[in-house]
Amino acid sequence: MSHVVSPIREKLVTGGKSYHDVTHDICKQVEGEPTKEWKWAFGISCIIFAYGAYCLFYTWWQGIGVWGLNKTVGWAWDITNFVWWVGIGHAGTLISAVLLLFRQKWRTSINRSAEAMTIFAVLCAASFILAHMGRPWLAHWALPLPNAFGSLWVNFNSPLVWDVFAISTYLSVSLLFWYMGLVPDLATIRDRATTKASKFWYGFFSLGWTGSAKTWARYEYMSLILAGISTPLVLSVHTIVSMDFATSVIPGWHTTIFPPYFVAGAIFSGFAMVQTLLLITRVVFKLEDYITIEHIEMMNIVITITGSIVGIAYLTEFFIAWYSGVEYESYAFINRATGPYWWAYWMMMTCNVISPQLFWAKSIRTNLMVSFFLSIVVNVGMWFERFVIIVTSLHRDYIPSSWAMFSPTMYDIGDYIFSFGLFFTLFFLFAKFLPVVNMAEVKSVMKGVSTNYPAKKAKASTKTDE
Amino acid sequence: MSSTNNYILGVYDDEDEVLHAVSEVKSKGIKIEEVYTPFPIHGLDTALGHARTRLPIAAFMFGCLGLVCAQALINYTMVFDWPMIIGGKDFFALPDWIPITFEGTVLFTAFGLVTTFCISNDLYPGKKPEILDIRITDDRFVMAINVDKNKKSAADIKKALKDSGAVEVNVK
Repeated sequence: MSHVVSPIREKLVTGGKSYHDVTHDICKQVEGEPTKEWKWAFGISCIIFAYGAYCLFYTWWQGIGVWGLNKTVGWAWDITNFVWWVGIGHAGTLISAVLLLFRQKWRTSINRSAEAMTIFAVLCAASFILAHMGRPWLAHWALPLPNAFGSLWVNFNSPLVWDVFAISTYLSVSLLFWYMGLVPDLATIRDRATTKASKFWYGFFSLGWTGSAKTWARYEYMSLILAGISTPLVLSVHTIVSMDFATSVIPGWHTTIFPPYFVAGAIFSGFAMVQTLLLITRVVFKLEDYITIEHIEMMNIVITITGSIVGIAYLTEFFIAWYSGVEYESYAFINRATGPYWWAYWMMMTCNVISPQLFWAKSIRTNLMVSFFLSIVVNVGMWFERFVIIVTSLHRDYIPSSWAMFSPTMYDIGDYIFSFGLFFTLFFLFAKFLPVVNMAEVKSVMKGVSTNYPAKKAKASTKTDE
Repeated sequence: MSSTNNYILGVYDDEDEVLHAVSEVKSKGIKIEEVYTPFPIHGLDTALGHARTRLPIAAFMFGCLGLVCAQALINYTMVFDWPMIIGGKDFFALPDWIPITFEGTVLFTAFGLVTTFCISNDLYPGKKPEILDIRITDDRFVMAINVDKNKKSAADIKKALKDSGAVEVNVK
């Protein structure tokens, strides 16, 4: 339906596309042979994945003694990587759910790939949860299953158990939301399919979709309700992740600001990762007319806002550490900024607080190369944020004789590389076999926001065939 | 839909035109079976006279079920089956259980809602779709009229469709 759109609004789809052009442009990469660029990219990520898988296998085989942990620093890269990936995994649902509730139409071109990224990032996060258990084959012990210990149940008062429920609910609900969004587009591919295999598989997963008005009306309601429940869900997940720390009694972790601060940081890093991937995807799949400078700019604005919230949180944390009068708390923070890990702290401060402020200048936030570079800077900064919170809070214990430093081994690094391999392998598979842009949603916002609409067509071509 | 030639399909190429055409065709006393579109058109279901969906009610019920199930599980394990003193707190430590109760509510709502949606629309993996026009999932908006359920003659229906702006009128 054609919405009333203010003339000052930027066009969301450029290049004078018709509905058929949208179908054609998006289906092209699914239907055609894989391009050379795709084969290279996929091949490289498979190699990274294979190397990482070796490191992860070795970690599982030998135990987490192969990591650089010591008796003072018992959590380091594992949990840093976990929180980092979970944070990245927040942007997809935020874009598809929160922006749907706020009726932000620019979400339509990017929500599909952002949601896919969410799911893959959460899987990466889950790999660290499994790895850090040490005995991953006993992972089901974290679930409330009847067992041979007289049913000794899991402790539902523990934030670590909340986390198990939060992450698994988040993963399954995101997957469901993403899949239901895919169904109409899978039907489009099914109806265009020329080979038997693609007719079968896209037909199988498109659930017999026909696009009747009744189905669409229900579908819209379903999407709205899923968005409505996913919004608090996405906020709850990182809140609960932050409670893994906040409910402990470790100075530097035991702070009430953690939930909102972690959520803002998650959105911040997630949008940065979406930005990185979109800037690559739009060039590789020639989607410049769908993912426009307008989209990039909007993303950069969100990055600036959430980056500023994160900056305020850093300062508040510091102030409260002093204002609380707890000397252990004060020391934890002074040690962060001036202790042996000062470089990590200032890396975090520079990347997360200062660099996104550059986006206040329109010329910077609409520059593709700078946006790409800064999106990576933000993700580096957010990794260091988690490293600072986890390692620098632990490495100077209450007893100076047990003070220690943490240095990663090749297996710490290798397991991190594994997550990248997993992430990019899955992302490239997604980009090849599924439509990277939600065609039905983009078509629904085209009138009024695309360049050649509303241009009235001649009614002349009426023809009848019996 | 079988090939008994009892369907007349008005094919439109614009969402506003099909929306207007629905009321125009209906005003001529023609009963429309259904309209098929590549994307949702707001107001189309009300124009066709479809009843408002009761999916939100189903979602609410599933949410309530999730809440009850989560609370039941936690209460059974933590209070009745094997109570343990944790941090000197009550066995019934309700505030600590809010996160998991919430997650359970969301999980049941989401899966219950989607399952209900699929059942109510008869969608399931591997179902053979009843396709009236292959372009419905691309760029065409198709109004399907069942001749057998209408008193008007096929010729009248075709004329009404053409007058309402259909770019093609087909029989299926």
